[in-house]
Amino acid sequence: MADLARALMPNVIERMPELLSSFLQTLYMIFSAGTVSFVIGLFFAVVLTVSRAGGLMENIPLWTVLDKLINFFRSVPFIILIALLIPLTRIIAGTAIGVKGAIPPLIFGTAPFFSRQLENALAEVDSGAVEAALSMGTGNAGIIFRVYLRESVAGIIRGVTITLISLIGLTAMAGAVGGGGLGDFAIRYGYQRYQTDITIVTVIILILMVSLIQAAGNFFAKRVSH
Amino acid sequence: MIELRNVSKTFLGKNPSRGRFHEIHAVRDVSICIEQGDIFGVIGFSGAGKSTLARCVNLLERPETGEVLVDGTDLMKLSPAELRRARKKTGMIFQHFNLFRSRTVAGNVAFSLERGERAESRVAELLELVGLSDKKNAYPSQLSGGQKQRVGIARALASNPSILLCDEATSALDPQTTQAILTLLKELNKKLGITIVIITHEMQVIKSICNRAAVMDSGRIVEQGPVFNIFSDPREQITREFIATTSHLNKVNDLLAEDNPIIALKTNQILARFSYSGRNTVDALISTASILFNVKLNIIFGDLDIIQEHPIGGLVIVLEGEKEAAEKTMQWFGEKGVKVEVLKHG
Repeated sequence: MADLARALMPNVIERMPELLSSFLQTLYMIFSAGTVSFVIGLFFAVVLTVSRAGGLMENIPLWTVLDKLINFFRSVPFIILIALLIPLTRIIAGTAIGVKGAIPPLIFGTAPFFSRQLENALAEVDSGAVEAALSMGTGNAGIIFRVYLRESVAGIIRGVTITLISLIGLTAMAGAVGGGGLGDFAIRYGYQRYQTDITIVTVIILILMVSLIQAAGNFFAKRVSH
Repeated sequence: MIELRNVSKTFLGKNPSRGRFHEIHAVRDVSICIEQGDIFGVIGFSGAGKSTLARCVNLLERPETGEVLVDGTDLMKLSPAELRRARKKTGMIFQHFNLFRSRTVAGNVAFSLERGERAESRVAELLELVGLSDKKNAYPSQLSGGQKQRVGIARALASNPSILLCDEATSALDPQTTQAILTLLKELNKKLGITIVIITHEMQVIKSICNRAAVMDSGRIVEQGPVFNIFSDPREQITREFIATTSHLNKVNDLLAEDNPIIALKTNQILARFSYSGRNTVDALISTASILFNVKLNIIFGDLDIIQEHPIGGLVIVLEGEKEAAEKTMQWFGEKGVKVEVLKHG
């Protein structure tokens, strides 16, 4: 068995410890950048939802600024965003290279996308339910937490699923600043050194990760839908 | 008690043909007074502004001008926190029920209650009241339309309001379910003494449970008063149109238009509509007239209803007899308080 593995993918076997650490780096980047962008994204999504025209706390100037800001960050290609953010990354993370240096651009790249996904989830909440809650004397905080967020849990889970999957794609580019991770591993060995077995194994691991996240997302979204 | 004084509300609407914003006068200078314990109906075609009017009562829509007095307090002058407290005294139910899909029936009903044991017993009590005790743990998606509206009613009643606003509450329901919900509302009005405001486009709804009503057209109240008066003596054309929707008597107009053989008249026959309301019962009058004037009265259509415990309705009759006798008969009916309208001569 070990011989067969060695014959089929000699480079993978040789680089096993590095593959493992790359995998952990990817997980680390997804988890930390994902968590922070979720919080930021949810905050912006709520602000966008309540400040839009006809919203709970209509504030057109605030909405316009936020909307354009999100569009700006979403239109910059991620690889350019990394370079663009280097000075800021130094301030935030203390360094612009390595896994630590990759986290801030990952957050800036993901949070706007997350905001849009979660904004869509909140937009699905029946305006009638909001009106019913208002008619019962519910305050703004109550409307946000007990109606908007509570009623959109399934949509939020679907948004998280899509965003995490796109975040996996972004982490592959973190290699550009020495961030490591599976993508970087595949580029350095699989592409630059023609060790195709490494590319194939990395792709298989990524497919499994995406499938797992999608399946978990579907499962939980279904579970909370009534 | 609800009192609206000179309430007006305009919206900015976009007119595609002009491409500019223009004002839509949803409610124009409306004054109404709804007494404690009334079941007050507001009827109008869609776009007449009746839903906006209902939303002015709990300030879900804030009118630009006018006063909104609920139990003597002008809601327009309250702070946001005071307004939220005041809203708890006015329940509201909706055409599309507006339930929280992520919450169970019990969770929906308990929405405005503070958590605790008292809330649980209150929910049980409310579900009992609307006849849904067995659906406590169901989700809205598992309920029929009528059941959903019952949940809406229980939820609206949770904070013991003195007013219940019903915005087209039966418009999405089939006729039987509509009747069941109306019966429930009437029961609640009797049992709890709650004032009910019903917004509808169906005259049948007004007819079956309201004691007072207002007719709305293009943002204005064109006619209001006790329901019996509105039905027996409508002043506006639009009111007559609404009344016609609940009566068979106008079928004769279709028959006339298509020249149906049922109403083909001989030379000594007259087709006439007899409308009556209140004390006089026509049956006795018909046989009396027949004897008195030696005429034959053949009933084509009849429509009798009881509104606010008074009979109201009419008959379409073919009157057969000598010209003079026929004229005397019609005059005699007029003296007895029956309105006679000649539709066609033979």
